[in-house]
Amino acid sequence: MTISDAATAAVDATSPMSEQGMRDPGLTGDTITLNVFRGTPDDQQGDVTYQVPGVSGMVVLDAIHYIQHNLDTDLAARWNCKAAKCGSCSAEINGRPALMCKTRIDDLPGGPITVRPMKAFPLIKDLVTDVSRNYEINRAIPPFTHAPDDGTPWRIRQADIDRLYEFRKCIECYLCQDVCHINRTHGLLDRFYGPRFFVRVASLEMHPKDVLDRTEQTRDEGGLAYCNITKCCTEVCPEHIHITDNAIIPLKERVADKHWDPVRWMGRRMFGNRDNDTQPPTRSPAG
Amino acid sequence: MAVESYVTHECDVLVIGAGGAGLRAAIAAAEAGCSTIVITKSLLGKAHTVMAEGGIAAGLGNLDSKDGWEVHFADTMLGGQLVNNWRMVELYAHEVIDRVYELERWGGLFDRTDDGLIMQRAFGAHSFRRLAHVGDRTGLELIRTCQDRMVHTAGAECLMEYTLTRLLKNGDRVVGAMGYNRNDGKFVVIKAGATILASGGWGRMYRHTSNSWEGTGDGAAMAYEAGADLLDMEFVQFHPTGMIWPPGARGILVTEAVRGEGGLLYNNQHKRFMLEYDPVKQELSSRDVVARSIYKEVQAGRGSPHGGAFLDITHRGAEYIMRKLPSMYEQFHALASVDITKAPMEVGPTIHYTMGGIRVDAETAATTVPGLYAAGESAGGLHGANRLGGNSLGDILVFGRRAGVAAAEFARTGGQTREVHEREVEAEQTSLFDPLDSRHGWTGRENPYHLHEALQAAMQDDAGIGRSEASLQRALASILELRERSARMRVVGRRVLNPGWHTCRDVTFMLTVSEAIVRSALRRQESRGSQWRFDFLEQDAKQGQVNYVSRRDGASMAVEAVPLSPMPDNLVKLIPRSRFYDPAKLPKGYLQPDDLPPAAPKETFA
Repeated sequence: MTISDAATAAVDATSPMSEQGMRDPGLTGDTITLNVFRGTPDDQQGDVTYQVPGVSGMVVLDAIHYIQHNLDTDLAARWNCKAAKCGSCSAEINGRPALMCKTRIDDLPGGPITVRPMKAFPLIKDLVTDVSRNYEINRAIPPFTHAPDDGTPWRIRQADIDRLYEFRKCIECYLCQDVCHINRTHGLLDRFYGPRFFVRVASLEMHPKDVLDRTEQTRDEGGLAYCNITKCCTEVCPEHIHITDNAIIPLKERVADKHWDPVRWMGRRMFGNRDNDTQPPTRSPAG
Repeated sequence: MAVESYVTHECDVLVIGAGGAGLRAAIAAAEAGCSTIVITKSLLGKAHTVMAEGGIAAGLGNLDSKDGWEVHFADTMLGGQLVNNWRMVELYAHEVIDRVYELERWGGLFDRTDDGLIMQRAFGAHSFRRLAHVGDRTGLELIRTCQDRMVHTAGAECLMEYTLTRLLKNGDRVVGAMGYNRNDGKFVVIKAGATILASGGWGRMYRHTSNSWEGTGDGAAMAYEAGADLLDMEFVQFHPTGMIWPPGARGILVTEAVRGEGGLLYNNQHKRFMLEYDPVKQELSSRDVVARSIYKEVQAGRGSPHGGAFLDITHRGAEYIMRKLPSMYEQFHALASVDITKAPMEVGPTIHYTMGGIRVDAETAATTVPGLYAAGESAGGLHGANRLGGNSLGDILVFGRRAGVAAAEFARTGGQTREVHEREVEAEQTSLFDPLDSRHGWTGRENPYHLHEALQAAMQDDAGIGRSEASLQRALASILELRERSARMRVVGRRVLNPGWHTCRDVTFMLTVSEAIVRSALRRQESRGSQWRFDFLEQDAKQGQVNYVSRRDGASMAVEAVPLSPMPDNLVKLIPRSRFYDPAKLPKGYLQPDDLPPAAPKETFA
């Protein structure tokens, strides 16, 4: 008899499947206190306090689910994968933009935990905000475009893929958009692409097969110059993308090369404007 | 006169679901000149496709030149234990190659070989290194690429955070669907020339699942209500490797790419048990086999501390792991405080995928109801009794496109009538509104979340990885009891973003789909692929020649055995080209060793 036969024989054909070890709920005996923002734009109730039983290794989203299931079925929160791969459950936990599914309660200091919606976006209800502006920005960015070719398989170096892969890791949680003071403090998302979409532009611009140039548009419509590289976006990125160093600064350099390079500037003065550039760029309003 | 006013949209093609299948379908329909509306319950780009990690299986032959669609066909049929729809598999193995190159030309990234071609990795029960991938985030790459393509395709429009609850019919034909906007609770009716269900699978009725809240089977349940056939519903895939600790992370997927990149499975005696269960494919055996093996080890007392097995990749070294499995590193680091470059992962089976689904025509993805199409995980037939890893990302591209093309054609030629019956809209509004209706009072109320938890307990315990007549009868009794109780679901609040209210309809959908799973599992009195019957441990040749089809019969559900159509000779001849073809172990059914030529000499990995 092989191992597999013996194991099959060990399975009792009629009893319910005893999932050995699978029923351990892992209760820690602690009680977790959460102050969760509740309300709609017309009816803001502020923070409501809930008590939730602690479970070993639990994340903030587990606590929110406990509340929905047992304490208040009307508490609104976005979530999907619960594995930090979809970027749906963005919120501000103890004031810091973070994914609820990736923030472990045992990593937070003791005492009540505050959970509020992202501040930079208009509130819909409770922890859910209107992030539709991000989708408008994405639509405005010209898509990947390659030169006409004969359709044979492309050859691309792995080094090029590695460089782009960092940008493609973005899960569109919009925490970087939320933390950025251009949006958060100055409310300029209507004229500023924001870190997420500078990453998006960088991933297109650096694709070895892409033939478009989006630097002009990123400077003008995208408000690239508003960014004064405080790196808050890099700090909150759950995918650890070096947004400022690897996406924004290289884009700023491309703009600078194009418009501030003294040789090119002289060329424009002498031979006319081939870049359709009517005047030198203005100083960044954000300093 | 409707109970309440509603918003009306009209389009040529309505696509329900914005994962890979829905987006690919929408692109195809819009490119064919049709006005197309894509509906998603979530935000765009959050669908389950992002969870797919390993890659897209396609016989490009970039690493192993002997690979091609023929071997891919054979592997997929054998993996599905020969109850797959062979025509779907044939189309799929052919066309997935084009779809991979197409994705690259839309801006999708893939890891490269030394000479710059698309890299391919080994995966369970694939004869050759076949999965085109980018790190362990291929699904995210696929959805982002398709999302961007769809957004920039003229004629396609996406409505985010809408739930559709009912397909609307005019005579025999589906003429659109209705539901509500999740954010403001307003009712919506979408009139359409043709409707495509690309609504994914259903795993939420199990306790340990890698599915998000969306996997409630809306598409299958709506199709069933509209009179469509559901196929092979008993086949539900347990992915062998889900996280099992800590409790909050239970069920989260650990990609098969860990084993594809050389990860090994051990029991608590540090023994590689897969060498016993499948000496040939070992850790890279098909998912049904690996999941059962882990389960058996646990039952025999050789499990890990939290009831699973150890998955170890440390021998590949930190640099390699960080490059090929970065999101797995991050996941274990953040959620379980385990550094996978230094310590093994604790893993166990988790509900992952549903092979069964809406019965479709292979060429057009048309369901048995005119005007209604289905593609991707919501459709059945391609994967048979067990899906091979890497075949779902290919599935959604190949059949998403086919559904889009066929639906566009139907909308132009047969889909002119788009009149919906006001009575039907009104009945659905009343039914949706019921749990919020304060006139019911609170006596005897049922909390929808608690009904959901009860359903999960019943399905996990009695219709899970192993089943018997007795356990399935218990599951059926639980489902019928829960259905009765579900009439008394009541929730507080208004319709604006009210998750309790949303859950009420989810529960109704899940009960329908669960009933189909259990009734089909009762009918299939054999073990095959993901269906493991403790009371019928062997395969039965007779049942290897049928699919079980569930359909609505008045108020009750009927399950019918439908014979498989015989595979043509040219395809039969391909079966032995799989490295894993063994005449002695051929799945029992209409193909027997006598029908097939002897096995060809086995190819080995480079």
